Amino acid sequence: MAIDSDVLVIGGGMAGIFAALSAARTGGDVRLLSYKQSTLAQASGLVDVIGYTPDGEGPVVDPFETIPELPDEHPYSTVGVDGVRDALGIFDDVADRYRGEHTASNALVPTHGGTVKPTARYPAAAAPGIASAERDTLLVGFDALVDFDAPHAAAHLEAAGVPFDVDGVTIRFPGDLNADAKVTRYAKVLDQNSDVAVDGRPRRVRDALADAVDPHLDGAERVGFPAVLGDDDPGAVRTALESALDVPVFEVPMGPPSLPGLRLEDDLYAALDAAGVSMETGNPVVGYDGDDRVAEVSIDRNGAKIPFTADQFVLATGGLVGKGLGSDRDGVREPIFDCHVPHDDDRYEWFETDAFGDHSFARFGLPTDEQLRPLDADGDAEFENLRAAGSVLGGFDFAAEKSGSGVSIATGHAAGVAAAEEAR
Amino acid sequence: MASTPHIAVIGGGSTGTGVARDLAMRGFEVTLVEQGNLTHGTTGRMHGLLHSGGRYAVSDQASATECIEENRVLRDIASHCVELTGGLFVKRPEDSEEYFQDKLAGCEACGIPAEVISGEEARAQEPHLATDVEKAISVPDGAVDPFRLVVANGASAAEHGARIETHSKVTDLLVEDGEIVGLEVEHDSGPGLRVHGTEGGTEEIRADHVVNATGAWAGRIGDMAGLDVEVRPSKGVMTIMNIRQVDTVINRCRPKGDADIVVPHETTAILGTTDEEVDDPEDYPEEQWEVDMMIETLSELIPMLEEARTIRSFWGVRPLYEPPDVGSEDPTDITRDFFLLDHEERDAMPGMTSIVGGKFTTYRMMAEDIADHVCDRFGIDAECRTADVPLPGSDDFSVLRDYMDEFGLQSPIGRRSVERLGSRAEEVLDTDGPNPTVCGCEAVTRAEVQDAIEQSGSDLNAVRIRTRASMGNCQGGFCAHRLASELQDSYDEPTVRAAWDELLQERWKGQRHALWGEQLSQGMLNYALHATTQNRDADPADTDDSIDFAAFDDGIGGDVEASPTESGVATDGGRNGD
Repeated sequence: MAIDSDVLVIGGGMAGIFAALSAARTGGDVRLLSYKQSTLAQASGLVDVIGYTPDGEGPVVDPFETIPELPDEHPYSTVGVDGVRDALGIFDDVADRYRGEHTASNALVPTHGGTVKPTARYPAAAAPGIASAERDTLLVGFDALVDFDAPHAAAHLEAAGVPFDVDGVTIRFPGDLNADAKVTRYAKVLDQNSDVAVDGRPRRVRDALADAVDPHLDGAERVGFPAVLGDDDPGAVRTALESALDVPVFEVPMGPPSLPGLRLEDDLYAALDAAGVSMETGNPVVGYDGDDRVAEVSIDRNGAKIPFTADQFVLATGGLVGKGLGSDRDGVREPIFDCHVPHDDDRYEWFETDAFGDHSFARFGLPTDEQLRPLDADGDAEFENLRAAGSVLGGFDFAAEKSGSGVSIATGHAAGVAAAEEAR
Repeated sequence: MASTPHIAVIGGGSTGTGVARDLAMRGFEVTLVEQGNLTHGTTGRMHGLLHSGGRYAVSDQASATECIEENRVLRDIASHCVELTGGLFVKRPEDSEEYFQDKLAGCEACGIPAEVISGEEARAQEPHLATDVEKAISVPDGAVDPFRLVVANGASAAEHGARIETHSKVTDLLVEDGEIVGLEVEHDSGPGLRVHGTEGGTEEIRADHVVNATGAWAGRIGDMAGLDVEVRPSKGVMTIMNIRQVDTVINRCRPKGDADIVVPHETTAILGTTDEEVDDPEDYPEEQWEVDMMIETLSELIPMLEEARTIRSFWGVRPLYEPPDVGSEDPTDITRDFFLLDHEERDAMPGMTSIVGGKFTTYRMMAEDIADHVCDRFGIDAECRTADVPLPGSDDFSVLRDYMDEFGLQSPIGRRSVERLGSRAEEVLDTDGPNPTVCGCEAVTRAEVQDAIEQSGSDLNAVRIRTRASMGNCQGGFCAHRLASELQDSYDEPTVRAAWDELLQERWKGQRHALWGEQLSQGMLNYALHATTQNRDADPADTDDSIDFAAFDDGIGGDVEASPTESGVATDGGRNGD
């Protein structure tokens, strides 16, 4: 007999997590199926709501003033500005290590490329680095860590007009990490705070790192490092560096693999556990059964098809990056339920010639009704009991708007609540 | 005339750099000018086939014979640019048996080693070949990196005293008393290495003779002196796969046709090609059907191509030429032979020689012909040595030496570096600091990137063609910002940003033709990394409007204002700060 739930969520990224969490908090038996590692490891760990309008105006100061102005097809318009506020409330409730809830305004956070970007919630580890705080800044990079070049980022931030002085210095990370050490390796060394040899004598690595930075401080009122300051215990690493340097220390978010993204994922999965969500990970959903309603979906486990039934389903499998949307030379599709994905028949209409043009592919995804139920080509719900959330939705360009996490949280929450209420 | 004649060579492709090297080695004073990067024109847009001559063994035996001769020379003098893959001419059931036999006989007639193998033997060598491939002719085709080869020719020319100016466009030919006496060039960023943001300028370069080696652009140069050089540019598409589906060059054994070759190239395989005449070598349509046809037609030989991932497509323009009295209708009928146009003899306009037609594999031979011609003109008796003296990087050296251990590189990064650098490996990899990998897809380390920056200024596309950085699966998604940062030590921030933007746009240009399936997923990831994580699409440094920083969250209310001694203490209602 199939494993049954009230609400079954497919996809373990931000949208799936919030769908499952909100469904469980609303009440009922909730299960989450996830296949591969979520795209959180590829995200910076910043939780954006909206930073630029679809017309490219921005950076936006107050996302909640922009959301009501968005076009109808935008997922935020479906859940409404109050839906976004409610969802962020849930986020603030479970993401203890995040900051930004004290204000409706966006923060401008330095990026590893040397720009600033508008975001609504940021890790506590990034908080002392906020660009609107007028504190002279020293950025520190490590000579073998190619993803963050501190002198380059500092010069670029100055060109971006930040209201403080910023310098960058490149130092050798203490110890003998090999030239291609991964960011997780740096983090582990700092977590363990083991001894490294300095001038032939053993010294704790956190102290040795602070010693190496100290001569470059030159009056800086804060010091930024690439986001490698600990994995298991980042608070302790930062506190130790702050005590030794006597200035606030912050992390600059980076690209994949992103420790802040992985830390957030850990926290959110802990919240799912606490909420009593059942989880089944590591196997793909390969098909479904049903007609007007989805009756069951099945996963492939080592070649065996295992069915899962539920009253309500939430599709949160991601967009083009997460493979919730697939494509070939002839078209774009949603691979599990074959939900309708509007797109031009001519694939040369999917993109613009400028790398940062207004690409149609960036807005690919499912159209939905006001209940977040995917619609077919005639505008009818594909299934009575299937809702969609996150990047599988269409009608918005999360990269240009800086709205990816916010849309996932808001639509995940709304889909989860609606599914749980209907299942009752 | 000075005692050492000064020759101006126009064109930084294989022919131009080959001519510059040859003339410089024979003692001429040489200046080479190129409007873009080296290889900017046709050379950087070819499929990377080192011809055995087999392709022309039926239709054009003179070209075929030259190909096999030069194939042997390049394996010798350019060993670090060449991979001896071998090639197969495969026959499907519907392909003509008569043509197969003609091909075999033609190879024999031209001195091309050729052997017939069965379908089973062909599939044992290349398991992804279609099951109905009946048999094949095995020939010594190879793969060649055109970028590395041209850069090495340029470096050799410079070692022999030549001046190489890239990003320097010829704007006029200087004609005095019915004779061409030099050129006027517009430097994009001043003479010397290209540096973004450096003011350019015009320079008159006087020369005792001008060599027009601009290929498909030869007519444009001729026009500047009222000379009629009728090049017939013909475009061809090439589609790059993300892996090597084959390790041998696979040719379709049939008379002529589009989409009949797959060349393994570094980490990729390149599908080619089409042959369609165009009016303008710089402005022609790049169309979906061309890419689709490559994949569909070549899937008949290698079925897995139908579903395989492509990472980009690009188009090149052949500099085809035929004497005006031939008048071929179809560009595929135009000879691949080359022509030396002595404008004194032909047009009564002394001072310039044009070289047109020809093909990449025989570039050195073409250069030798031109250099002989120039020597004749000046009554200079100097032997050509380009067939005997190895290019920089191809000197004798032992690949067996353990460079990996010596330079602290992990295999396969070390192996790939040494393959690219050849005998220059030690000089380049011997650095003081750590040598991390900058481009993971192609295993390119900082030392190689810095070496390329020294050669080419702030131009990241020039770094790219020297190192292959950003030419792998992710197409720069993960490494474009790292490459930009490598410029930071040598250049100011606006220069670095301009170079970075230029690389991003160039990488996007070819990927647009591969946007479905895995590569669309990659394209979206790259877009997200650059726009979301780095905010490069709305980079405040690029806009005139300044941001009102004070209007945004300044962190007060978070724990930002906490002094270091307090930051370990809860200041925000009991949350820990980690």
